Amino acid sequence: MGLAKRIIPCLDVDQGRVVKGVNFVDIRDAGDPVEVAKGYNAQGADEITFLDITASHQERDTTLHMVEDIASQVFIPLTVGGGIRTCEDIRRLLNAGADKVSINTAAVFNPEFVREAAQRFGNQCIVVAIDCKSVHQAGETPRWEIFTHGGRKPTGLDAIEWARKMVDYGAGEILLTSMDRDGTKNGFDLGVTRAISDAVSVPVIASGGVGNLQHLADGVLQGGADAVLAASIFHFGEYSIAEAKTFMAAQGIEMRLEAE
Amino acid sequence: MSLIAVVDYGMGNLHSVAKALEKVAPDARVQVTSDAQTLAQAERVVLPGVGAIRDCVGQMYASGLVPAIKQAMVEKPFLGICVGMQALFDFSEENQGVECLKVLPGRVNFFGDPLLDAQGQRCKVPHMGWNQVQQTQNHPIWAQIADLSRFYFVHSYYVKAATATDVIGQVQYADITCDAVVARDNLVAVQFHPEKSAQAGLQLLANFTQWRP
Repeated sequence: MGLAKRIIPCLDVDQGRVVKGVNFVDIRDAGDPVEVAKGYNAQGADEITFLDITASHQERDTTLHMVEDIASQVFIPLTVGGGIRTCEDIRRLLNAGADKVSINTAAVFNPEFVREAAQRFGNQCIVVAIDCKSVHQAGETPRWEIFTHGGRKPTGLDAIEWARKMVDYGAGEILLTSMDRDGTKNGFDLGVTRAISDAVSVPVIASGGVGNLQHLADGVLQGGADAVLAASIFHFGEYSIAEAKTFMAAQGIEMRLEAE
Repeated sequence: MSLIAVVDYGMGNLHSVAKALEKVAPDARVQVTSDAQTLAQAERVVLPGVGAIRDCVGQMYASGLVPAIKQAMVEKPFLGICVGMQALFDFSEENQGVECLKVLPGRVNFFGDPLLDAQGQRCKVPHMGWNQVQQTQNHPIWAQIADLSRFYFVHSYYVKAATATDVIGQVQYADITCDAVVARDNLVAVQFHPEKSAQAGLQLLANFTQWRP
């Protein structure tokens, strides 16, 4: 008995609609975020993360309405990330019903923003997202660097040092994405997951590269992650969250098995 | 129509708590309020709390609501959630030490850094996620909730009540036993977030809305 490792499905949202579709939801418009969130809740998801990919700042109000709708009907933690630049952005999301916000690029360009946000809203609701790539050659000491702009722009920041700094500034959780692995279905980058999980005192969510259930288990058992995030393996009904939990529990991982 | 007041003292997200109460008590009126008169008229009062305790307790005093909150605690079913639970005790170690409302005897302690379990493994702080709550005493708030059900926790400080009979639920983290649910007379308070704890959390809130101490 004890604290369970978490499974977090992640959904892309554009102007308040879930995009890319979710196959398991038996409705005509698979873009309805409330139905998608209800579906994952019923499967036993431990949290849900929404990544807001809305291009225009003016259209973000639609996302706020989406968060309000979901928070009225789905009673598990909700994290919203994407495009968060100001404390006012955070305040509005939390007031709408988000429990945590995930800050990514804004933290790289203005680390003080993380400190300010954590002081104002509490560490527990500030997730710092770290997108990194491996930059070492074969035979060298492993090293990972932070990249922005969808992995196109290197920053020169060492991922492990950056994670430590963000926790010092008040991050309550780290969402770690390997851009080398994202979309590959080859599994998490376990090296960087383990390195950052060992380096920081706060929980680490592993993300990027999940293609099967063993990858999820490896993220916890080998990567030391406290939570695992995945998108496509759940969206298209390859695996349900319940199947993933049963699989992980069979490998000795503490999981929350009771569904809704 | 019975009124459930959710105390708004200027801290954090009250939407989730209010929506969850509306879901489990469709016949009640749920009102988020910073008005002492409304707290006096309500049938039940919920004191939520997120963020740091110094700000929470400071805002409670700054809002002028502390007398009304304390009055509600002795008169009617009252539920404290998370920092709204911690604030009931004598003192918290958070923010270099904060004097709290001193309604229940006990302290709020830091988990520690690094926090190690009995095997010497490092445990993350905050204690974040779904953990099992052991029901250490019978109470109407536990109706139809299995012992060791999981609830959603997010906290770096934990309650140690000084009076054992106040404790009705506990949670283990690392090698620390935290007092996760306390109750006395018409007062009950929980460290976890029932409004974010799926079915078990909704059942606990439903039990609160039907509780007649």
